[in-house]
Amino acid sequence: MSQIIYNSFDREVHPPYLSPDYQSTVLRAPSKPLMVLKQSLSELTGPVFGDFNLGEFDNDLTKNALKNGQPLGERIVVHGKVMNENGQPIPNTLIEIWQANAAGRYIHKVDQHDAPLDPNFLGAGRCITDSEGNYKFYTIKPGAYPWGNHHNAWRPNHIHFSLFGANITNRLVTQMYFPGDPLLQYDPIFLGVPPKGRDLLISAFDLSLTEPSFALGYRFNFVLRGHNATPFERQ
Amino acid sequence: MKQTPSQTVGPYFAYSLTPEQYLYDFKSYADSVMVNPLENPDTITITGKVFDGAGVPIPDAMIEVWQSDHQNQLFGRCGTGTLADNRFVFYTTKPTSVNGQAPYLSVIIFMRGQLIHTYTRIYFEDEVTLNETDEVLNSVPSDRKHTLIATKNGNSYEFNIIMQGEKETVFFDI
Repeated sequence: MSQIIYNSFDREVHPPYLSPDYQSTVLRAPSKPLMVLKQSLSELTGPVFGDFNLGEFDNDLTKNALKNGQPLGERIVVHGKVMNENGQPIPNTLIEIWQANAAGRYIHKVDQHDAPLDPNFLGAGRCITDSEGNYKFYTIKPGAYPWGNHHNAWRPNHIHFSLFGANITNRLVTQMYFPGDPLLQYDPIFLGVPPKGRDLLISAFDLSLTEPSFALGYRFNFVLRGHNATPFERQ
Repeated sequence: MKQTPSQTVGPYFAYSLTPEQYLYDFKSYADSVMVNPLENPDTITITGKVFDGAGVPIPDAMIEVWQSDHQNQLFGRCGTGTLADNRFVFYTTKPTSVNGQAPYLSVIIFMRGQLIHTYTRIYFEDEVTLNETDEVLNSVPSDRKHTLIATKNGNSYEFNIIMQGEKETVFFDI
């Protein structure tokens, strides 16, 4: 057994369980302290998804649910790299995404927001990072939508991301936001993140990633929990 | 470099993360059938509910289990929004002991209302001897140890997760 120990969550940037302005946390946050666990085999391993067959358009939400035309809205392309805290790229990481359509409506049956569904847009996709940790999705910029947390509550535009990383200590589910969104300052989910972490959830517009006459480019990198080995020691 | 902060999985994950379970037109990458019961006579089921601090079953949680021993590496994922009573159920084989530890599955819990996921473990009631000597189980206060141990009924184990309060499940900082 190697001596590699993975770092803990960095509580300077991760949100707490209880964050009362986000009302759903009140009855769902653990109330007792977490028990510290010595990492063993199951924490130092995790599911490997490299053998799975991705569908041809799994990473292209503008094409993976076409019925009778193109999805409506502003096409975007989101690029980025998945790394650990030492800056080392993490290849073969499964990334799954989901989002609202351009009108701010999710296809999920529970979403009853009175905005139209788009028959040509599902809003789900996935990809696996390449040998240098890079990923890319084509999609439609998601719309803002109201929710019931408080009077006149609106979620800022966002894309949900789920990542696996090297093992289960690296598991991350998060949301990517867009630069300059005026709703961020009012959103208790975004504001649940300590101030030091907030900028890390906002993507950057990047003209060099923008595809002429096709899609605006955004960059969003991920940093997963690292480990105690230096790059030199890592085999 | 700073870690990317966590955000809630929210209420609308199912059509991406558990699409076939929720009957969406998208292929699932992971589901709750970790071994095929028709090919594995040793298949067990692990079922349970997730309760909030008011004792109400949570209908929009997603449970992931990871089983890693020297024989198997199995991953399962199940949402609590499709089965009766908001249950989850996994089909797997019982994990085996690694280095003398009691056998267990690692569990990762996601839901609306959690800005960051929680980790726990599922141990097995019928592993009396190994449970008694297990370092992790013995590090837990004795009156909370039972929250980590699934109860047995034939080939089915029951494991309920209580998010908050007096009977709260033990969650780990891993």
